[in-house]
Amino acid sequence: MNEEYRYDYKTVEGYILSAIVWAVVGLVVGLLISVQIFAPSLNFAPWASFGRLRTVHTNILGFGLGIGAVFGLSFYIVMRLTRRPLLFPKLARLQLWLFNVGIFLALVTLAMGYTQSLEYAEMEWPLDIAIVILWVMFAVNVIGTILARREEQMYISLWYIIATVVAIAVLYIVNNLAIPVGPLKSYHLFAGVNSANVEWWYGHNVVGFLFTTPILAMFYYFFPKSTGLPIYSHRLSIVAFWSLVFGYLWTGAHHLVYSPLPDWIQTLGIVFTLFLIAPSWGSVVNGYATIGEDWGKMKTNYLAKFFILGITFYGLQTVQGPTQGLRVVSQLIHFTDWVPGHVHMGTMGWVALTVTASVYYVIPKMYGTEIYSVKLANVHFWLVLVGQLIFSATGWITGIQQGAMWKALTPEGTLKYTFMETLVKNYPYWHLRSLGGAIFIVGMVVFVLNVLLTIQKGRALEAGKFTAPAAA
Amino acid sequence: MAGKIYSRPILFTLMVTAAVLAGSIVMMAYPMLRPDMHPKLEKLRPFTPLQLAGRDIYQREGCVNCHTQTVRPLRTEVMRYGDYSKAGEFFYDRPFLWGSKRTGPDLAREGGKRPDSWHAAHFENAQAIVPRSNMPPYGWLKKEKLDPVSVKAHMDGLGMPYTPQQIAELASKTEMDALIAYVQQLGHAVEKPRSAGGLDLAAVNPFSSSPQAIAAGAAIYIANCAVCHGNEAHGGIGPSFVDKKFLGEPGYGTDGEYFAIISAGSDAKKAIGRPGLPDGGMEAFGTQIPPDGIWRLVSFIRAQQHHEATEPAGVEKREHETGGKH
Repeated sequence: MNEEYRYDYKTVEGYILSAIVWAVVGLVVGLLISVQIFAPSLNFAPWASFGRLRTVHTNILGFGLGIGAVFGLSFYIVMRLTRRPLLFPKLARLQLWLFNVGIFLALVTLAMGYTQSLEYAEMEWPLDIAIVILWVMFAVNVIGTILARREEQMYISLWYIIATVVAIAVLYIVNNLAIPVGPLKSYHLFAGVNSANVEWWYGHNVVGFLFTTPILAMFYYFFPKSTGLPIYSHRLSIVAFWSLVFGYLWTGAHHLVYSPLPDWIQTLGIVFTLFLIAPSWGSVVNGYATIGEDWGKMKTNYLAKFFILGITFYGLQTVQGPTQGLRVVSQLIHFTDWVPGHVHMGTMGWVALTVTASVYYVIPKMYGTEIYSVKLANVHFWLVLVGQLIFSATGWITGIQQGAMWKALTPEGTLKYTFMETLVKNYPYWHLRSLGGAIFIVGMVVFVLNVLLTIQKGRALEAGKFTAPAAA
Repeated sequence: MAGKIYSRPILFTLMVTAAVLAGSIVMMAYPMLRPDMHPKLEKLRPFTPLQLAGRDIYQREGCVNCHTQTVRPLRTEVMRYGDYSKAGEFFYDRPFLWGSKRTGPDLAREGGKRPDSWHAAHFENAQAIVPRSNMPPYGWLKKEKLDPVSVKAHMDGLGMPYTPQQIAELASKTEMDALIAYVQQLGHAVEKPRSAGGLDLAAVNPFSSSPQAIAAGAAIYIANCAVCHGNEAHGGIGPSFVDKKFLGEPGYGTDGEYFAIISAGSDAKKAIGRPGLPDGGMEAFGTQIPPDGIWRLVSFIRAQQHHEATEPAGVEKREHETGGKH
């Protein structure tokens, strides 16, 4: 086992830097559309109008930042946990280039209005084919490297990565089945109610297997690694894993409550959504019990608070989500700004905190150095935390307000408010929301600077080569 | 045994696949085999080439990001928009465009609610029609011509029926025409509620010409009606109230008839027995303005008619000219 080998760190770094570039693009677009929603004059060109840019925002952050980070950090985790380099290092490099070209083309075509109009599956069919190819490349490398591993047992993080590989493949292929009618135009293979059911089976689970399982893989690996605390309960992580992977795929119909979808599908979806609280909180409890071994780490280890706040938002998200699925709650908040408030707690809270902390761990490790500045990392932490809380809370408040106004009746039994009266009440909250988004972006800029300066420091030390197999 | 799977990647992957497929099969694949996932209402028509071109533009501009197309079966929702959405309305929708966020109002029942000219003006500059609206401008769609070749390919891809003439006609249409044609057919398969049937056309205005009622009616008029009928009721997108005509025929209507057309919109024309303007489309305000408010509006309209009849001819002409410009 002592043969000399090198981990493919340059590839990992390439993915992380790519994800950072797409993060900046996606966040700036996000800030712009958050302002357009109260300042329609800023829709200054067809390609820069809200309807198109909202899709650019979700795709660039979901697929550019999200998948980019998942690719890079999964490769890192897989190599460390199998104690070997990737089985196909050149394939991983090719995949990196294809990934960046694909995301760039997604940016351009979506801004031009080429869209399938399926949420989180907007990219048109040629790009879908490219994504499937990318995913096969990723799967071959991950599964291949695991098969050729030098460590008998697969650690929890590998389970979640394997689940991600399998589930995304099934989801993405089925929902993107389409009838092509032009070079960049297609129609969903499924129609009407069936189209809605397939899309939300996909839509909910692509969030689950892109923003939950791979992020949990990061949490279960980088949180113990950076704090030195072993995961509290292996048994709990087993139960949580299997019930999550089994339960997730039943729940998409909670996006279609009170829609024309047959009632039994809605109800079964709601039931499994409530069930999903258990496995989600399995990981939350495991995280808390782990830091419970030494709460002092929250003070002494700058990364501990990222992971613990991250898993906290995951816990809140996975209680809020099922609550929203309940019919009585859905009828109040569905279609309102509550929903973006909910989504952004997951993305800006759970995902962003966990991914950035993982990057903070990985980058210095790859260069055998320390982070450029712990102080800057702390500044980043507080900015994104405050920004996210403002963003989410304003959405929840104005969402409840608008939902209640839509439902309000006069004593005579007529509607109390016109639609416009309910809309203009959102404006002050939308202003605040943009402020929250801007604070979040400043925090992310601090993060990017810190990472880039660490890389610069690492390169100066010429510490890029890692030769001995370290403990996983 | 149970612990062994964590050192057997292939077995483990197969088990994960089985877990993932279980819910997918029950919730996604199996329902496809059931007829209740593919219902079709009797009155549902496939898209015409112009409507499909409009739907493509609706998709391209991401309208679905701000507008839903499902009326939920909730009391206030049905009052605000119209009958709740039926599964059989969406047989031809690939993909469905129900949306997940209602930044602007729901559009499932938008078809026929307002005249084409209202939509054209609203797409051009939403804020001019609906003050404080946050809708982006889409006036540029008027300059974009349709491409009959690609629309034909889209119709063929979906297997929808069309005539060569329908395709040929597209060459003279703009993207704006197409988008309006699409919006105007939304909800066509569902019978509109016949609220007009229950209206009492002989009802008498309880407020008559009380000055307080006229003042209150004026405020309601400015907030809801002036956009289409003009600040002085001289008309615009909608007809004038002071031209001695009512619903396309000479002579004013009764109080009850005015109440009916405001409350039930164009649906009341049949009950009233007047044709209305050929491309007219009066919105129903019965769920938005309480009955007392509608009567106050009638008081205001009567006051305007009286004012018009007693005003010197020259003054009236000048008002018309300035009103006509905007």
